[in-house]
Amino acid sequence: MSPNEGLSQRQLDERRGRPSAGWALLASELTVLYRRRRTWAMLAALAAVPVLIAVAVRVTSSSAPGRGPQFLDQITHNGLFVGITALLVSIPLFLPLTVGVVAGDTIAGEASHGTLRYLLIAPAGRIRLLLIKYIGAGVFCITATLAVVVAGTLIGMALFPVGPVTLLSGDAIGVGESFVRLLAIAAFVTVSLLGLCAIGLFISTLTDVPVGAMAATIVLAVVSQVLDQIPQLDWLHPWLLSHYWLDFADLLRQPIAWASFGDNALLQLGYIAVFGALAYGRFVTKDVLS
Amino acid sequence: MTAQGRSDLAIETSGLSKRFASHAAVDAIDLAVPSGSVFGFLGPNGSGKTTTIRMLLGLATASDGWMRVLGVDLPGRLSSVLPRVGALVEGPAFYPFLSGAANLSRLDSADRYAPRSTRRQRVDRALERVGLTHAAHKKVHAYSLGMKQRLGIANALLSPRELLVLDEPTNGLDPQGTREVRSLVASLAGEGTTVFVSSHLLSEIEQMCTHAAVMSAGRLMAQGTLDELRRAGRVHARLQTPDAATAREILTARGLTVESAGTLDDTVVATLPDAASPDSVAAEDIVAALVRGGVRVRGFSIDGASLEDRFVELTGEGFDVAE
Repeated sequence: MSPNEGLSQRQLDERRGRPSAGWALLASELTVLYRRRRTWAMLAALAAVPVLIAVAVRVTSSSAPGRGPQFLDQITHNGLFVGITALLVSIPLFLPLTVGVVAGDTIAGEASHGTLRYLLIAPAGRIRLLLIKYIGAGVFCITATLAVVVAGTLIGMALFPVGPVTLLSGDAIGVGESFVRLLAIAAFVTVSLLGLCAIGLFISTLTDVPVGAMAATIVLAVVSQVLDQIPQLDWLHPWLLSHYWLDFADLLRQPIAWASFGDNALLQLGYIAVFGALAYGRFVTKDVLS
Repeated sequence: MTAQGRSDLAIETSGLSKRFASHAAVDAIDLAVPSGSVFGFLGPNGSGKTTTIRMLLGLATASDGWMRVLGVDLPGRLSSVLPRVGALVEGPAFYPFLSGAANLSRLDSADRYAPRSTRRQRVDRALERVGLTHAAHKKVHAYSLGMKQRLGIANALLSPRELLVLDEPTNGLDPQGTREVRSLVASLAGEGTTVFVSSHLLSEIEQMCTHAAVMSAGRLMAQGTLDELRRAGRVHARLQTPDAATAREILTARGLTVESAGTLDDTVVATLPDAASPDSVAAEDIVAALVRGGVRVRGFSIDGASLEDRFVELTGEGFDVAE
């Protein structure tokens, strides 16, 4: 190191003081995400799913047991099942769709606006930007799941009686604990989506066209579910992103069986590690020419 | 390669290259931008100016060569240099659904050295400097091209900078805006900031800069102070006479290079030898020689090398640019 470099570093420190931890960028990222009309449109669409289900069940009020999604026939007895039913309906397509839009937009969206180069020369730091983008997409997963659960619970309480919930194991739990179980299910679904977020983030570093990254992410979510339906590929199933997506019924037993939650979390963690590393490898060396 | 940095240079590169596939967008350039200068980076469209700027700012990796910005080797310690550099690269870019002030706050929050406590104040000050205070809370999608350009310059001014890199800063601005940018650059330079301005417009560089470099097809053709660049250009003598044929003979005999006949029969254009060479001829001696030789002189002028001639000489003209 030449004396010149040492001097400039000292000058820099004198002039600007020590760098901040940099959480301001995360706050700014969330502000930008939730100031977009698109984000609110997607959350409103998700909230509309339980409302549609509840209204349909209320109007017809004659659902034959065993038809339609699981728990559907329970709704008329207990409004707390609206949120759970709506989550079951949303998991295969609606939730991956909205998460795919947000995750696919992370880097590619900035690139297409041209703001990526300005964030990088600010300088945001490439690794820091990638982390903040991922956290932002993760926060969206939480809000997306909560939009379904909260809207479902509210409309369920408005249209149907609410009382103690009979679990799959036959035990009954009070309304208060039912809310805890609902939140546990919401946590399960949120965790399920985090792997998809990492895939979306990686694809987003590959292109400057956000729509392409969004579509590719959503297609992968669908392909994973299709493969999971083919019995000949059962050796592959435990490795599929969507393998545990619908396995939250264990959270409706007494006592709660956390095994599927743990398996799911481990699988999603694996996807986050692999695709996070790929995104890092790609983005850190990428020439930003947009 | 050993990097012998000179502390009086704000930007220094050696053999800096960028290749895309087999095509060299930037071909082994050695830039030397003195600290405190207003440095014009001149070249036709597609000559590698923006690619060079991208490398200097760490947006693109260099294929070869080394560079040093504000005394720091790049790209190794990029994060310690960039907070001291403000930049406008390849046009402004903002989130259309946010206001001008919100856009600046967002980009400022990305800089860990920019204190949060003064953010609002610095954003307001930057907007004021480019004359956008009245539109601060308008959404950017309602901005005109010129307003976006001003906002882009405001972004470069959010923190006190030691180096400003402005890529085509007057694009999309009306003449009034262009003048404002010029005076802004002058006042920043007066505060001691080194300003590196790229442009394909010669007149702009001539009015703003103390130094310039000329790029053509990825190569650095010349650099130095504006005077040095002008001096390196050739001086032309333009003669109007009905006796063009005789005049050509006399001029050639005096060591001038006569250009092939122009479109006008009565005009002769000749290049004078370099003023520093022993063959140098004074303009008045040429006229005396012509008159002695019986040439009837109707008009005689010496065209001091303009920067424009020099620019065209270095970068080629018209279709030559594509080569």
